[in-house]
Amino acid sequence: MSASNPEFEAECIRRILAGEKHLFHDLIRPLERGIYFMLYSLLKNEAEAEDAAQETAIKVYQNLHLFRGDAQFRTWVLSIARNEGLGRLRKQASRREDSLEAETDEQSGDYTPAILTSWREIPLEELERKELGAILRKAIEGLPAIYRNVVMLRDIEEMDVRETAAALGIQEGAVKVRLHRARALLQRELAPQLKGFAPRRKGLFGLGK
Amino acid sequence: MKIDCKHVWEHISAYIDGEVDAALRADIDKHLETCEICSAVLDSTRNVVVLMADDRVFELPAGYSERLHARLDRELDLKDPG
Ligand SMILES: [Zn+2]
Repeated sequence: MSASNPEFEAECIRRILAGEKHLFHDLIRPLERGIYFMLYSLLKNEAEAEDAAQETAIKVYQNLHLFRGDAQFRTWVLSIARNEGLGRLRKQASRREDSLEAETDEQSGDYTPAILTSWREIPLEELERKELGAILRKAIEGLPAIYRNVVMLRDIEEMDVRETAAALGIQEGAVKVRLHRARALLQRELAPQLKGFAPRRKGLFGLGK
Repeated sequence: MKIDCKHVWEHISAYIDGEVDAALRADIDKHLETCEICSAVLDSTRNVVVLMADDRVFELPAGYSERLHARLDRELDLKDPG
């Protein structure tokens, strides 16, 4: 994730609006990863997320004169991405059971962790990482949408609580609750599967206390 | 204060993010010293968090950026017509 740079963004926007259109590439480049993950978290489909990301970038360009500078540029862009994603979800009747409106923070669920003591180290081999990535993506795709959104922005895109809340249009407290539940569900789902990845070097990443 | 395993699990996400206050952190740390189960839960949850932040685990589709900027080029009408 690249930290946003308000002065660079403001200068870029001013010059783009004054006719230096090609600068839009530089303006959007630091945000393209965040745009993609926001959309992927909603749409759960690589091709669709990419297509929606392109549409988002174009909408940002077309609406650039509307950006007021009272919000962070990245937050503004991500809310455009989110609207693009939500619009597409609404059109997909088949995915209606996964609609965001149907889920609330009050929903019950079992958030007790998987109890095991054998998966404590992170596998380091390239092949294992790849395999692990596939398992992880599948687990995230299986999360309820409201948790998937939050965990992707916070843990994958590494946005802070405030920005995540702003981009999703929810309270900071809801971000924390959803993040906690998302991580608990992922631990539950992943820990038993990852037992097969044998511990390698103890103590790496400062784990195990 | 002595806390039980369930109490630890409730705060595990905040603990990983460094968002629990000093008193609670001390209670949790004390519990972790003797509880193998919670230590393992903490480690595996933290592993999940570390892995998700790893750019190699969550990659953009190959060619994503190139296609995006090519599309933008068309949109910005900057492409050399020749
Ligand atoms: Zn315990």
